[in-house]
Amino acid sequence: MTTVEERQALPQPTRARVLDPAQRRALRQMKLRRAGTYALAIGIAIWILLPIWLIGTMAFSPSDQVYAYPKPVVPVPFSTETMQFFLEYEGIMAATQNSIVVALVTLALSTVIAVPAGYAISRYIFPGRDAFRLGVLAVRAFPIVILAVPLAVTFIQWGMYDEVYTVALMHTALTLPTTILVVSSVFASVPREFEEAARIFGCTPVQAFMRVVLPLVLPGIAAAAIFTFVMSWNEVFAATLLTIRNRTLPALILYTLNKSSIQFQYAGGFFMLVPSLVFIFFIRRYLFNMWGQITK
Amino acid sequence: MAEIRVENAVKTFGKVVAVDDVSLTVHDQEFVVLLGPSGCGKTTLLRAIAGLGMVDSGRVMIGDRDVTYLPPKDRNISMVFQSYAIFPHMKVYENIAFGLKMKRASKEEITQRVKAASELLHIEDFLDRYPSQLSGGQRQRVAVARAIAVRSQVLLMDEPLSNLDALLRLEMRAELKRLLAEINATTIYVTHDQIEALSMGDRIAVMKTGRILQFDSPTKVYDMPADQFVGGFIGTPPMNFLQGQVRRENGAVQVYIGDFGLKPIPEMEPLLRSYDGEVIVVGIRAENMEALSQPAEDALPVMVLVVEPLGSQNLLTIKIGDDVIKVSTHPDFTVAPDQNIWIRFPSEKIRWIDRRSGKTLIPNLEELMA
Ligand SMILES: Nc1ncnc2c1ncn2[C@@H]1O[C@H](COP(=O)(O)OP(=O)(O)O)[C@@H](O)[C@H]1O
Ligand SMILES: [Mg+2]
Repeated sequence: MTTVEERQALPQPTRARVLDPAQRRALRQMKLRRAGTYALAIGIAIWILLPIWLIGTMAFSPSDQVYAYPKPVVPVPFSTETMQFFLEYEGIMAATQNSIVVALVTLALSTVIAVPAGYAISRYIFPGRDAFRLGVLAVRAFPIVILAVPLAVTFIQWGMYDEVYTVALMHTALTLPTTILVVSSVFASVPREFEEAARIFGCTPVQAFMRVVLPLVLPGIAAAAIFTFVMSWNEVFAATLLTIRNRTLPALILYTLNKSSIQFQYAGGFFMLVPSLVFIFFIRRYLFNMWGQITK
Repeated sequence: MAEIRVENAVKTFGKVVAVDDVSLTVHDQEFVVLLGPSGCGKTTLLRAIAGLGMVDSGRVMIGDRDVTYLPPKDRNISMVFQSYAIFPHMKVYENIAFGLKMKRASKEEITQRVKAASELLHIEDFLDRYPSQLSGGQRQRVAVARAIAVRSQVLLMDEPLSNLDALLRLEMRAELKRLLAEINATTIYVTHDQIEALSMGDRIAVMKTGRILQFDSPTKVYDMPADQFVGGFIGTPPMNFLQGQVRRENGAVQVYIGDFGLKPIPEMEPLLRSYDGEVIVVGIRAENMEALSQPAEDALPVMVLVVEPLGSQNLLTIKIGDDVIKVSTHPDFTVAPDQNIWIRFPSEKIRWIDRRSGKTLIPNLEELMA
């Protein structure tokens, strides 16, 4: 450590920048702007992370800790008692199973439909292409609530309700626009020249797709499929409208919400949250790509 | 034998006529360059030959076969793309082997041909790498190696050097020329770079707005451009154009620039006679004029605007009437801006161009002989 006196005695380092007042002002403004950006980012992160942290710690604390104040940063003492109670609660396992089946069927249906649709949008100019794209986007523009009600009414009129497959169909309808958009952006990121080169060197269009395009888009399509899974896993509104006995997990939790203890709610929240967090972590690169930010 | 013949090809995109009734014959093993400014339809024409975009009407023949409606894989061609389009999920080896695998060549043949192609392009050390681990120049070499490994009789290239930096482009230009001479394929090479075209092609087809304006050897295209556009597009600096006034005096034709008279060569006289009293465009290249520091009877006095010493030459910008032209001189010719010099125009180097059609007047030699 150099003391103040020593530092003054030292010769001025030759690289020291001597800034004139205008430069200093500009520098200060730049730093301020940067600090502002960081503050905003930190604020947003806290706003999102705080509830997740709260749910996480509470789900693994002994039940009397829930009302304790101040809350511990990590769940000490650690206890799985709350989680265990939640998982053993009547209907939770069946609802989890329903949710998984619904999400898997939704994933399968929506991938099977979205891949050809996304490919067509990204590659071909066909009559009605713009109308189709607009239609897809317009569906995204409505809140799910608005779309879910008429769909649910139709399903009920047709006698298709209280079945997991009905919920899966509903979720497919609701997630399809987003999935198509993501998939078409994945295809758009594969230059058309790759297919053309494959065709020059001996492929039929189908072979060119299988050998060149498919390997390149597979990770992106997997990401879109996972995203669909998560959307279906989290969807509560349509699932509540359509099911009574065969509830999905979010529907069941919502149903039991005002009858259950706060510990139960924390545990349920945590259980719902984890798959989404894990999946989103793995596919975040593709979600960024979707908004046009090219990450390498 | 793989002669390429395009007959009356037309291709439109909505209202844009990208290829406008083009006919073109490329001889077996010839190296033809399609040259023209960006957007003139070069890529569209090349893709029609490749089978990646069908023509609206017309015919494409390769060898003796009509391939107009055949898919690319049945045309026995290979191609180098402007963006290279090498497959990012395959190693260099697999990229080069791709065409051979699709043709179900034997294992030994694939190994041997990949080896040969990669050695020709000096990329034999990178066969185990993915394209993302290569530089731009190396990727370009992979694209060429992939195209020549299949040994098809027709090789199509769409601006293969345009994504390289200037120095690398210069190096690859010579290397490609050597390589293409070696492999004996009929080659069509698209570029918008006139120097590339002049330095590489056996013949150059100069295109503008979907049409071929001239299809000749590089020397001919440079020295005797078929029209004003070609002269102005090719050469650094491009051909100079001046306004001249045709006047017939005592039976002889003279073309006046201001009050300085140019005397055309005798072969041109019959053609120029019909322009009597009209304005004509005088085309001449910068290196074909002679700059003098002293007045001479057959030289036009002009004023120098700019002097650019370029090492091997001094490039002068001078003003004649309303026209600004470039004259190239020996580097020892010393002159300062605003100074007067005198310019001599050798008549055999002057090209006479119809002002309205833009076409160069070319004397009918057979008629003259008769
Ligand atoms: N797929 C396409 N759709 C619409 N217009 C096109 C398409 N391809 C080319 N064009 C148009 O055709 C003309 C010729 O294009 P192109 O052959 O790519 O020119 P070049 O290769 O000489 O730069 C241009 O005006 C271009 O805008
Ligand atoms: Mg082009």
